Amino acid sequence: MKRKVLSTLLAATMLTGLLAGCGSSQEPAASNNEPAATTPAADTPAPAQTTPAADNAETQAAVDTAADEGKVLNVYCWNDEFYRRIRDHYPNYEVIDATHGTIGDVSVVWNITPNDDNAYQNNLDETLLRQADAATDDKIDLFLVEADYALKYVDTEFTMPVKDLGITDADLENQYQYTKDIVTDSNGVLKGVSWQGCPGVMFYSREVAKDVFGTDDPAEIQQYVKDWDTFNETAKTLKDKGYYVASSANDTYRVYSNNVTSKWVVDGKINIDENIMKWVEDSKALVDAGQIGTHDLWSDDWSRGFYPDGKVFSYFGPAWLVNFSMAADKEGSIGNLGGWAATEGPQGFFWGGTWICAAAGTDNASLVKDIMLQMTANEEIMKEIVVADDDFVNNKPAMNAMAEDTSYSSKILGGQNPLAMYCAGVEGLDLSNLSIYDQGCNEEFQNAMKNYFDGNTDLDGALDLFYKAVVEKYPELTY
Amino acid sequence: MKSRKQSKVVSYNKWGYIFLIPFIVVYIIFQMIPLVTTVINSFYENYRSGLTQIGPNFIGFKNYATILQNADLWTYAKNTLIMWVMGFVPQILVSLLLGAWFSNPSLRLKGQRFFKTVIYLPNLIMASAFAMLFFTLFSNSGPVNSILMQAGFISEPFKFLSNTWSARSLVAFMNFLMWFGNTTILLMAGMMGIDTSLFEAAEVDGATSTQVFFKITLPLLRPILVYVMITSLIGGLQMFDVPQILTNGTGDPMRSTMTLIMYLNKHLFSKNYGMAGALSVLLFIVTGILSMFVYKATNRNQE
Repeated sequence: MKRKVLSTLLAATMLTGLLAGCGSSQEPAASNNEPAATTPAADTPAPAQTTPAADNAETQAAVDTAADEGKVLNVYCWNDEFYRRIRDHYPNYEVIDATHGTIGDVSVVWNITPNDDNAYQNNLDETLLRQADAATDDKIDLFLVEADYALKYVDTEFTMPVKDLGITDADLENQYQYTKDIVTDSNGVLKGVSWQGCPGVMFYSREVAKDVFGTDDPAEIQQYVKDWDTFNETAKTLKDKGYYVASSANDTYRVYSNNVTSKWVVDGKINIDENIMKWVEDSKALVDAGQIGTHDLWSDDWSRGFYPDGKVFSYFGPAWLVNFSMAADKEGSIGNLGGWAATEGPQGFFWGGTWICAAAGTDNASLVKDIMLQMTANEEIMKEIVVADDDFVNNKPAMNAMAEDTSYSSKILGGQNPLAMYCAGVEGLDLSNLSIYDQGCNEEFQNAMKNYFDGNTDLDGALDLFYKAVVEKYPELTY
Repeated sequence: MKSRKQSKVVSYNKWGYIFLIPFIVVYIIFQMIPLVTTVINSFYENYRSGLTQIGPNFIGFKNYATILQNADLWTYAKNTLIMWVMGFVPQILVSLLLGAWFSNPSLRLKGQRFFKTVIYLPNLIMASAFAMLFFTLFSNSGPVNSILMQAGFISEPFKFLSNTWSARSLVAFMNFLMWFGNTTILLMAGMMGIDTSLFEAAEVDGATSTQVFFKITLPLLRPILVYVMITSLIGGLQMFDVPQILTNGTGDPMRSTMTLIMYLNKHLFSKNYGMAGALSVLLFIVTGILSMFVYKATNRNQE
């Protein structure tokens, strides 16, 4: 008898243990609500004093209507850039911790998934596809996309037209046209907004310029890099003094690839543009001469040029690169000492950019609308962003005014005001050749060509590898 | 009294089944269902282009045909086997040596416990963390290149990860480092299970320690060796994390470090369950055949 009791007990223990794993998954969601509940309702101070009265009223309205909307704003993004912009510039945002905050009585949950290995998009895809069935507080309200894959999301039902949020064309009239082109779907409906423009320039090290050319004046340096042939000549001069013209062949890639005249995919067939083949040819010569590296972007080897020891003359990029990604906050880096300068470089280009999209089915429509308007159409806030973060914002009058403002200068660029250069570049951007395959094609092309540059295969072998990798990613394509 | 006893026997059987429930439940959920769905998936065209789902459409054996006609599959299989052999051979040799030393009472090794722990430690590190560490160590401007350059062995950084054999060797070396401790422990357990009277008899007969090792230890260790070999082979065929992280998923240079599972993983970018399923099924069959082959071959020799 005793044994029977004992075995019953044992079996019961085992079953409880087995089932204990289930059932507690709701807890985190519940605790997310807590901050909202404990935040006093009166926590709606007037927004930053700089905000014009009209916007002020709008913020007030947004917070009021939010009362009958969802209490949780879910934001999906891949790094803390947008988080920092909201934290520093959005009126009423209160920090709780790195991934939680509040706006009025709505709690903001930041779901930050890094871009590596496509993790951000995988996560976003799965959540968006489940959006219809999700509890209202778990629905994505707002997510960010990049130019490379914006069309993948914009050209679907999962993204809400900004018009449906109540944002009019007049609200956005000061934004650069190309930022709207990228997030306009195939029916011509605008589905996202951006606070930044990403025209790229060439950043070069002042110290190296002085050492090699005897001057660090942007106008004079421009003469050494005014087109690709001159650029390649300059690379030889730099090599003689022991410097690399740029960190990696992948640095110049976007400059070539943004000046293409055809899309990556034409009628379901993979197509390589002439200008991209020119990149291959030019880069192979530079790599063989030891004038440029073949590192992957963002790798440690690539980043060595952020410091004087890296012996790198230039990087190509838009405002956010020099501000956000080039170790300017680390002591001893070139950026930290104000050692960079900007010049147009051989060709105009853009790189990246972040767009804010509203997810269809959001339960915080008015708050999403307000965030979009405040961050991308409020001139005062956008000027603040330029001054505080060296960003190039998506607002023509603000940028033109700042470009002429002699009192504004970038610390990282050694006191230069680069905005006129950006303003000039942004007007010439032609984004008619984007496709939903851009991200995969660009990545795989650079991966494949790295093998060619390193001498592990010939050009045909590398092209073959590229086709193979692209078809793996997009099985519907042929070559 | 008698009948009560009998009922007890029966009820104990019942407890046996109840205690099997956890295993069955876990097995069905985490093994059986995925296995069956993988096989089913392999007969469908089923992938996602952007956010648009294509399929599932039943297409019979078309996925298998596509994969088998692709000459690259054999390259990836070859890569996998090469890297496995490069890691396994030193692993089994070192493990045998260490196992023999550790289990030999006449050597009276000091600090045995310490060394057993130390050699097992690399296995406790996550493979991905380990690969990241090696990626940094052997990058073009990494510490290994700095040391080699300062010592004057090379004048320019050696691109370890852009060279077929150095990249493969790194993968093999990492697998060796991670698994030789585990193998040592297994072999040691096998060696200590051998009747000591056999060793004593051999010693009395005047056998040298080399003779003892090759004539007594090794033959009696065969079952354990077979086990180690099969598990390592299956693990080797599934090699993924180390080369994936080390080469950033590209299998560079020229996909010479691309393993079968990395290739499978490539199909998951487009959520291509059809192709990935077909590849998994093929891999499953190959693994089964190889295991059986090794098992049979080693057992027959014993007779």
